[in-house]
Amino acid sequence: MSDGPILDIDKLRIEVRNDAGPGPVLVDDISFTLHKGQVLGLIGESGAGKSTIGMAILGYTRANCYITGGRLLFQGRDIRTMSPDERRALRGPGVAYIAQSAAASFNPAHTLMEQICEIPIQLGLMSLPEAQARAIELFRELDLPNPDHFGERYPHQVSGGQLQRAMAAMAMAAKPAVLIFDEPTTALDVTTQVEVLASFRKLIRENGTAAIYITHDLAVVAQIADDIMVLRHGKMVEYGRADDILQNPQQDYTKRLVAERAEGHGGGQAQAQAALLEIRHVTASYTGLVRVIDDVSLAVSPGDTLAVVGESGSGKSTLARVVMGLLAREQGDVRFAGDSLPARLKDRTREQLRRVQMIYQSPDVALNPSQTLLQIIGRPVQFYFGRDRAAVRARVLELLKMMDLPADFIDRKPAALSGGQKQRVGIARALAAEPDLIICDEVTSALDQLVGEEILRLLKRLQDELGVAYLFITHDLGVVRRIANKVAVMRHGVVVAAGETKTVFAPPMHPYTELLLSSVPEMRSDWLDDVLAGRA
Amino acid sequence: MRFRLYGQIVPLPAMIGLLIIGVNVVGAVFAPIIAPFAEADVVGDAWADADWTHLLGLDNLGRDVFSRLLYGARLSIGLSLLITTLSFIIGVIGGFTAAIGKGWIDTVLSRFVDLILAMPTLIFAFVVLSVMGTDLGVLVVTLACLDSVKVFRLARALAVNVSALEYVEVARLRGEGLWWVITREILPNTTAPLIAEFGLRFSFAFLFVAALSFLGLGVQPPTADWGSMVRDYREVIALDLAAPFYPAAAIALLTIGVNFVVDWLLAVQSRGYGEGA
Amino acid sequence: MLRLVIQRLGFGAMTILAASVLIFAGTEILPGDLASAILQNTATPENLAEMRLQLGLDRPAVVRYVEWIARAAQGDLGVSLSNQRPVADELAPRLRNSFFLAGFSALVAVPLAVFLGLMAAIYQNSFYDRAVNFFTLMTISIPEYLVGYLLVKYLSVRWQIFPSLANVMPETTFVDRIDLTFLPMLTLVLVVVAHMMRMTRASVLNIMASPYIEMAFLKGLTKTRVVVRHAFPNALAPIIAVIALNLAYLVVGVVVVESVFVYPGLGQLLVDAVSKHDVPLVQACGLIFSCVFILLNLTADVLGIISNPRLRRPR
Repeated sequence: MSDGPILDIDKLRIEVRNDAGPGPVLVDDISFTLHKGQVLGLIGESGAGKSTIGMAILGYTRANCYITGGRLLFQGRDIRTMSPDERRALRGPGVAYIAQSAAASFNPAHTLMEQICEIPIQLGLMSLPEAQARAIELFRELDLPNPDHFGERYPHQVSGGQLQRAMAAMAMAAKPAVLIFDEPTTALDVTTQVEVLASFRKLIRENGTAAIYITHDLAVVAQIADDIMVLRHGKMVEYGRADDILQNPQQDYTKRLVAERAEGHGGGQAQAQAALLEIRHVTASYTGLVRVIDDVSLAVSPGDTLAVVGESGSGKSTLARVVMGLLAREQGDVRFAGDSLPARLKDRTREQLRRVQMIYQSPDVALNPSQTLLQIIGRPVQFYFGRDRAAVRARVLELLKMMDLPADFIDRKPAALSGGQKQRVGIARALAAEPDLIICDEVTSALDQLVGEEILRLLKRLQDELGVAYLFITHDLGVVRRIANKVAVMRHGVVVAAGETKTVFAPPMHPYTELLLSSVPEMRSDWLDDVLAGRA
Repeated sequence: MRFRLYGQIVPLPAMIGLLIIGVNVVGAVFAPIIAPFAEADVVGDAWADADWTHLLGLDNLGRDVFSRLLYGARLSIGLSLLITTLSFIIGVIGGFTAAIGKGWIDTVLSRFVDLILAMPTLIFAFVVLSVMGTDLGVLVVTLACLDSVKVFRLARALAVNVSALEYVEVARLRGEGLWWVITREILPNTTAPLIAEFGLRFSFAFLFVAALSFLGLGVQPPTADWGSMVRDYREVIALDLAAPFYPAAAIALLTIGVNFVVDWLLAVQSRGYGEGA
Repeated sequence: MLRLVIQRLGFGAMTILAASVLIFAGTEILPGDLASAILQNTATPENLAEMRLQLGLDRPAVVRYVEWIARAAQGDLGVSLSNQRPVADELAPRLRNSFFLAGFSALVAVPLAVFLGLMAAIYQNSFYDRAVNFFTLMTISIPEYLVGYLLVKYLSVRWQIFPSLANVMPETTFVDRIDLTFLPMLTLVLVVVAHMMRMTRASVLNIMASPYIEMAFLKGLTKTRVVVRHAFPNALAPIIAVIALNLAYLVVGVVVVESVFVYPGLGQLLVDAVSKHDVPLVQACGLIFSCVFILLNLTADVLGIISNPRLRRPR
């Protein structure tokens, strides 16, 4: 093969067009080249157009999207001028795709092996035994358990991390020249992410495949990419060597992305007061059989921020539900301001309900779409304090101002707001009750990085002004270090470590805390090497 | 040129549908004013041809077909509307109670409904009719009860979906009463699918009442709805007369109109709404 | 999975039992009893009491229900009130006729509807799809008798291609039967195909919107292979449910069509029995219709469970 690039993208432009006429431009003026063995990271927030670019390289656009400008040269041939059949032939041996959700992307009706061997056999590249041998070889390369028989299983029979790797095997089956990874580790827990990431990198390096790695997480892409392109609203912000982007970003936007991880805000002020919320030896379950949380004891003082951190299935969200009374505890006691809180919601007094409020993960479903912001934020004011109409409106305006939201939003409905604005409304609604404690359930995980960062700053500022305490439920250790003065690490329903953040996250650590902490990608390109070396 | 309703573009079929429904409702409500002749008056020879005084001709007894159609609309539409409304009152209350009450209330109601849905409900209507005779009151109550089972199923599913959303949890956490939760948090967010379902159920009830009358088990002479008019006129099919087709076409036209509107309502829902509203 | 299937079968048996209770109770709970229903206007206190004694209405309802259902299980469905003949003898030839018509229609309608539905889904938003969508929306809105009469008006009165009455006799030959039942069959097919194909289209489109279908396209598979190999196996369960639902409708829907074409089937018998207040006959017809309906739905349920790989192979 010649020395020319495998992929040469020049001034790519993709637009939405539907019955009503031309729509928004999804991708505009994007150019890059990709050589054999090279990995390019495409990074950006939701709506940056990164997945659209990835799919365009496969000669595929979603409904109503059209490539309206530029060149997409694959080994010298323009994908735009190919016939539908030529484009189809490109997929598989030319370009292969790895999607974010493997669970949804595998057909539930066929075994993994059938799906992995499908393309090489359909294209006549291999016989069935050859394709199967290749699949087993790939399973081995990807460190999948029991590689000889792994392919006999159905998608629903294997775990998420394994399925994600099986999809990489499916993509590699026809020996593609370019692999496209589209947020392949986003849905995984951090500890699983490390393993999958390591497998992917090994696969790319051993096969010398060129790859495009799409993600919103700069630290993740730093481990695998040679070059990085930062995208925003479909346009290129910055493009360069991975190390240059990380260490010496030129553009403001990139600087903010890089800085977000590095900078710490310090925890809330630790005050030696009587505990506001005390969780004593609490046990709870959904079915009465398997304990989801088991003998958990924690305390939150006024002005504290206690972060409860853990992976999916650790019981951290269940703990929040028990505190709120949505799930009745089976054993133990939850005390608030010195008094025991009834286990069930319906037994609690209005005053008890008022003093503990909650903010949710998805602002989309946390706000009633048929109500205006006045109704949403004003209802607690009216309900708990019995104010008249004018006073309620005045209070809502005050709260909107506190949230940095414009006053004319008061008569709008949530649908007219962006994700970050909706989350601010959720916070305003919680504050309207003038609570002593707010439970924050993964409040930043549904938001883009920089928007989430703003929400964290807002919460911090509100704590300084109002002295409210937070119980922070999160899987993101970055958030913990930035906002919490106290932390509890949960695993399988048990608190494995708890105390001041400084103490818990400093050696000597509990082994699981150490595993979690070391699994959080860091903003340097040799992080993964260090982690793997440390674990070997 | 685009016609909008509540901020939604109304496509051509839906517009035609709305027009058909409007004409039918006006015809039914103002039948005594619009109709040139009384319902049962014999005004000429049997099967007389249409002319300017008898727009659609005369029927088997020499009554004005156009006037009878207008009066028939009152019964056909009125009965189906009554059945559907009643079935929605029963079904929505039951469904919401099951969804929000949860626990044993939900289990008992849902199992019972599953059982009824697994049976051919129309057959029970026949059994009841065979014993009770053809009494319109009994007919309405029976059909409403049988239909309410299907409404229950939808209302429960909608309420379960919505009440699992976090804004409903927020209301419960605030300490709001059941009435507030149902009327302020759940109902406003389930009305759109319920309205579409109302249209669908109406068209089924309408077709079924007409079918019963056609079979001679519904509305009894001398009053007539569209179904029994088809029955009365069917003997002249072989004579190639148009009379039997007028009531049958009226039934079909109204159903098509309702279905066009329902189709549009469902399409709007699946697209999601809120943009620019 | 076996547990689930057995559970379903148990539920089916329970449903049939419950249906029989309801059919029986329908004649009990309502004001006015069987005796007054039979005698209607001719009822006097004396003959009413006599009739009640004759029908055994003096005994508790539970006892009579158990007797009724026990006899029915052995094929004895009681005696018709209108002509004193055993109900089972009345039913048998009618049942055969109805099954013939429903079966004939299903044989034509099911493959046609599934094929048309698949095509509409594959060529979604094409002219064909839009045309079919519009046409079927019209068809499901038109009552069976209008379809039937229109067919009669053109195919038998104007052009005299098919007979307008489907008056089959027990001695009618198979070929004549096909000819005689052609118009009722066509009527049923037109109505059922519209429903069935709309539902087939919707369930296939639902599957076509899933991420694994997009993935199959991104893998480089041809459209045919994606539809046949990736969409169809997953659409099977919903399509089976659609077919069962429509077959069940077909069985009940014959009532009107039989009346239009004066076809001597179960539906006609039921309608006659209802207007003559022949309660034992109505109960028997109701029981048969219910059993067929329930069994069809049960079959669809079980097939749906079997075709689901998640249930077939637990983790």
